[in-house]
Formats: sequence, structure tokens, C-alpha cells
Amino acid sequence: MDRMPRWADVLLVPLISLLLAAVLSALVILGIGENPIEALGYMIDGALGSSNGWSYTLYYATNFIFTGLAVAVAFHASLFNIGGEGQATLGGLGVALVCLALPWPHWTLALPAAIAGGALFGAGWALIPAYLQAKRGSHIVITTIMFNYIAFALIIYLLNNGLKPVGQMESSSARFPEGAHLPTLEDIAALVGVEAFERAPANVSLFLALLAAYGVWLLLWRTPLGFEIRAYGKSEPAGRYAGISPTKIIMITMLISGGLAGLMAVNTVMGEAERLVNNSVQNAGFIGIAVALMGRSHPLGILLAGLLFGFLVQGGAELAFWTSIPTELIIVIQALVILFTGALDNMVRMPVEALFNRRRQTAPPKATTPAE
Amino acid sequence: MDFATLLQILDSTIRLATPLLLACLAGLYSERAGIFDIGLEGKMLAAAFLSAAVAFVTGSVWLGLLAGVAASMALSAIHGLASITFRGNQLISGVAINFLASGLTVLIAQAWFSQGGRTPSLSGAGRFSPWEWPFAEAIIPVPVVGPVYSELVSGHTAIVYLALAMVPISWYVLFRTRFGLRLRAVGENPAAVDTAGVSVVGLRFAAVAICGVLCGIAGAYLATSLQAGFVKEMTAGRGYIALAALIFAKWRPWYALYACLLFGFLQAIALRFQNLDLGLFVVPVEFMDALPYILTVVILAGFVGKAIPPRAGGQPYVKER
Repeated sequence: MDRMPRWADVLLVPLISLLLAAVLSALVILGIGENPIEALGYMIDGALGSSNGWSYTLYYATNFIFTGLAVAVAFHASLFNIGGEGQATLGGLGVALVCLALPWPHWTLALPAAIAGGALFGAGWALIPAYLQAKRGSHIVITTIMFNYIAFALIIYLLNNGLKPVGQMESSSARFPEGAHLPTLEDIAALVGVEAFERAPANVSLFLALLAAYGVWLLLWRTPLGFEIRAYGKSEPAGRYAGISPTKIIMITMLISGGLAGLMAVNTVMGEAERLVNNSVQNAGFIGIAVALMGRSHPLGILLAGLLFGFLVQGGAELAFWTSIPTELIIVIQALVILFTGALDNMVRMPVEALFNRRRQTAPPKATTPAE
Repeated sequence: MDFATLLQILDSTIRLATPLLLACLAGLYSERAGIFDIGLEGKMLAAAFLSAAVAFVTGSVWLGLLAGVAASMALSAIHGLASITFRGNQLISGVAINFLASGLTVLIAQAWFSQGGRTPSLSGAGRFSPWEWPFAEAIIPVPVVGPVYSELVSGHTAIVYLALAMVPISWYVLFRTRFGLRLRAVGENPAAVDTAGVSVVGLRFAAVAICGVLCGIAGAYLATSLQAGFVKEMTAGRGYIALAALIFAKWRPWYALYACLLFGFLQAIALRFQNLDLGLFVVPVEFMDALPYILTVVILAGFVGKAIPPRAGGQPYVKER
């Protein structure tokens, strides 16, 4: 497999893909009659120009790190978990039920419980697709897509029938008790006597996301289970021959993946909205796919890609605020990133590989099959 | 429920099943050739937008239809390039296409019409008009047959009849022509087709192109027939329901018709009754909305007849050296 240096595989190919996506995005902005340089200026200023902007960027990045990790863990076992959206939706339900169940005295008690609630419900929503893939061979992509839509319907139903307090018009749950309020970056800054991040949503979940990334790295590269997941993902027959049970790997990997997606709700539902609202996930489940692809399914890459997408979403919101460019521009950029780093990976990789091969004067390149 | 209500529900069943059927048959060609396509939704959306935009600007629904098909074909070309030429992951490519369409349609609509990401309402020659069959008016007084003929059979737009006609045509093309045989073979065992000296790449691109055309018509139908103009995310998951119908139909044209009629019927019921009171208990509208997906999971689980996809589906074909 060592046809090109590792740095080229890990850095050069994604960077070229990103550059292509950026150039096309610039063309799109030009096409709708706006100035791409100016647009980028608004985005940078809005996302990184103030501590408030930074806080929003970090808040979105937290979501994408969770969903990116969720997609990545499944990727390592060659499972394409497209159900992050539904799993995070259900995670939100878990977090909300936990937060509403007790009059929490302090957030340090509420947080672990909410983590358990979110992860359990997220994992639970991945359980049936995992079982169907492992035992009955139903395609995980199709079942997880179906489960996304079932999750949306379920949450709307529950919000309208039971979770919504009597007499309230808006379909959302009651507000969480004061003791379930997670400290925001503003609160944390105030502890050390700094005034910053005014009324912005980033909160301690950010550190939870960093911990989760470290945990995923430990799991995948430092434990026997992680080895089995990766071995199974590289080659199912080889894994089977080595005595790895496909059922076990599929089930465990999908449960971890769903749990990570569910954890995202700690940030959005508990940290930001402080009640369960409809559509609390806002595409983060899908953005996780782009984040995992961009980050090459490595936790460190996912942190960086999560930050990039956090910047894009926050910058895009600011852009829409100051110009007539709608926020949907971000969806287009995201689509291009997924397209170039995921589907058209070989288009970038093959010429780069050829270039390196020519320099080394080795045998002509053989096409690699992309990671599934 | 009286006869008139039943007729109305069946009538809207046909209207609602039409885009599903076209998209489902689109997916059928593609997946039979071994190219998974979860980008049906995106192609329909792009076609819906461009058909509405062009129909509004030119005042001709037929030009709109052409433009819609062109938009869908363009996305199909990207999918073909990614999954056939560059042997990329077909599922990821499909996801990207859905996103691309979802973003670009609103972006362009906003830049073009400045109406919050929608097109202006279509009227007159900008929409498909219902096609009245002969004697539809005259026959109404005849009991049962009259209303059925004039309400159910007559009075749909041309695309509805086209979609229905596509079912036997697809069956014939796939199961009675050489092209169809090869197309199906390429989804089962591309190496054998290659050995026989037939181009795998060519066949797969042909299948993806047919898929683009059908999705384009489905999208144009949404914006110029079912509704009068494009609104943001107007496909509302229909591409995924079509995918569900395809699995339900076990990748066969006639079954696709039945599956789409069933799912169309569910949508018609949900639209008309909201919460369905069955006497013993009330079925919430959310459950009706989720039912196609739930049924598909049940089918996928193999408890009610096993759905076996084409064997080479999702795998890029690498010619041996």
C-alpha cells in the first residue's frame, strides 16, 4: 500500500480536495453575483473576529466532532452509518428525559446522567439497524436512512403528545431545571475574572467532545477491541479467519457510533436550548459524514475538520446576516467537500500517486479501492 | 366513508404515487446495473427547481420539463463520474448529490427571483394542465362507472399517464430486450459482461442516464403539476420513500407500481385525515408518515419475504490487468 508517503496521503490529498471544493464554491458565489473574497472576509470576521463569534464556532464544532467521531468509528469497521441524524435526535430525547426527571441540584450531577441518557438513547436507536445488518444482512445504509425518518416522526409525535407542557403553543418540552444548566464559556471565563463570550452557546460539552476524541483514539489504536474493529473493517474474510466475530464487531461498533451521535445532544439540548425542540440536530448528523471524510477518520483530523465546519456554519450564518447570500451556501460547500474528499477521492489521489511514482521510478500505479 | 370520499382519496393516491413511481423506476434502472443511488432525492429537487424556474421565465411547461431533466442529468453525470469512472463510494456520492441539490436550489432561486428561495407561482401554460378524456363530462351520471371514469381515470396531467406507461415499458426493456439483459447482468456479474466483450462502463452510464431522465420528470411533476412552483425542500423525503418502494418491490417494475401506489395511498390518507380514528384507537398522523419507512425496515429484516439486491450493487468494477 505504501505507494506514496504518509504525509501525502494524510495531508496533501485532503488539502487538494479542499482546495478544489473551495475553488468551486468561489465560482458558485461568483455565479450568484457576489464577491467571493468579500464573502470570505465576512465569514472570517463573523466566525473568528470576536470572542462571541469564536464561541459559536466552537459550539458548532462540538456538534460536528461528536457526529464526525460517530461516522468515523463505523467507517473503521467498514460500516457507513448515515443515521447520525436520527441517533442524535433520539439522544436529545434521552438527555431531555434525564434533565426533566429530577430537580437537579447541580450541573456536575446532571451532566453524567445526561451523558448516560444521550449515549444510551443514541446507541439504542442504532441497535436495530445494527442487529439487522449483523444477523439478517439488511444494508445498514438503507436501514439507518429509514430510521432517521422514523426518528423525526417519533419526536414530533412525542413533543405534541406528552412532552409539551399543557397550554404551550410551541412544540417543545418544558425548560430544564436551573440545576441542569451547563456552564458556558462565558461562565468559565468569569471564573478567572475575564469578561468574554457574552451570551454565546459554547459550553463545557466542548471538553466532553475533546475527551470523546481522545477516547476514540484510545479505543481504536490502543485496545484489542479497536484492533478487531479495524481488522474487520479492512477485510471481513481475514477478520473472520482470525476469529473475529462479525456479529459482535458490527453490534459493538454501531452501538459506540450511535452513542457518540447521541452525545451531541448534551451540547445542543442541554447546553444550548435547555429544552427539547423539534429538529434540534439541524443536519449535524450529515455534516458528520463530511467531517469524518475530511479528517480521514482519525480523531485528530476530526477535531480539525470539526473546527473547519464550525467555522463554515457560523461564518455562513454571519454572511447571511450581512449580505443577501442565504445560509444554504454552507450546504453547497459541505456537499462539495463530501464530493471531493469522499466520492471523487480517486480523482485527486490517482494523479498525486502517479506523480510520486514517477519520481520514484517504480512500477505503474494500480488503482486503489476506496475505503467504504 | 362514502363512495365520493373514497374516489377522492384514490384520486390523490394516483397523484401522489406518480413522483414516487418515476423516482422508483429511476432507481430501479440504476440499481439493476449495480449503481446504488441514494441521490434520487437530490435529483428530483434540482429538477423541480429548474423546471419551475424555466417554466416561469419562458411560460412553457415543456421547456421547463426539458430543463428539469437536464438538471437531473447533470447530477447523474456527477454520480456516474464519481462511482463509475473514479470508482468512488456510491453512497457517499449520493449523499453529496442530495446536499448539493438542497443548497444550490435555494441559493440560485434566491439570486434569481429574490423570493426567499422559491420560484414565483406558475399559472397557465407554465403548468401541466389536466388531460380530460373523451366523454368524461357526459358519463358522470352513470352510477359507479361514471365517477370512476371521470374522476380517477380522466383528468390527470400527461406525466401521470407517462409514469404509468413506464411500468410495462420498463418491464419490457429490462426483461425482454438484449439491452435489458445486459443491464441486469452488469448488476449481478460485471466481470462476465466484460468477458463477453460488452462495455461495463457504457452500460452503467446508460443506466445512470436513464435514472437521471426519470428523476428529472419526477421532479418536474412535483413543481409544475402537483404544485404550482418550487419551494425549498419540496421533495420532502420522496426520494427516500422511492428508495423504500424499490426495496419493497424487490427491484421489479410491476411490484414498484404496487409499492408506490401503497405509499401514495398512505400519504393520501395522512393528508386527508391527519389523525385517523379507527374507533378503538387513534392512529396519529406521524405514524402514517413514518409507515413507509417502518414497512421497509420490516421487509429488509426479511420477516416478510426477503429483498435481495443485485449482487454487484455498490461495488465499483475494476477491470483485471
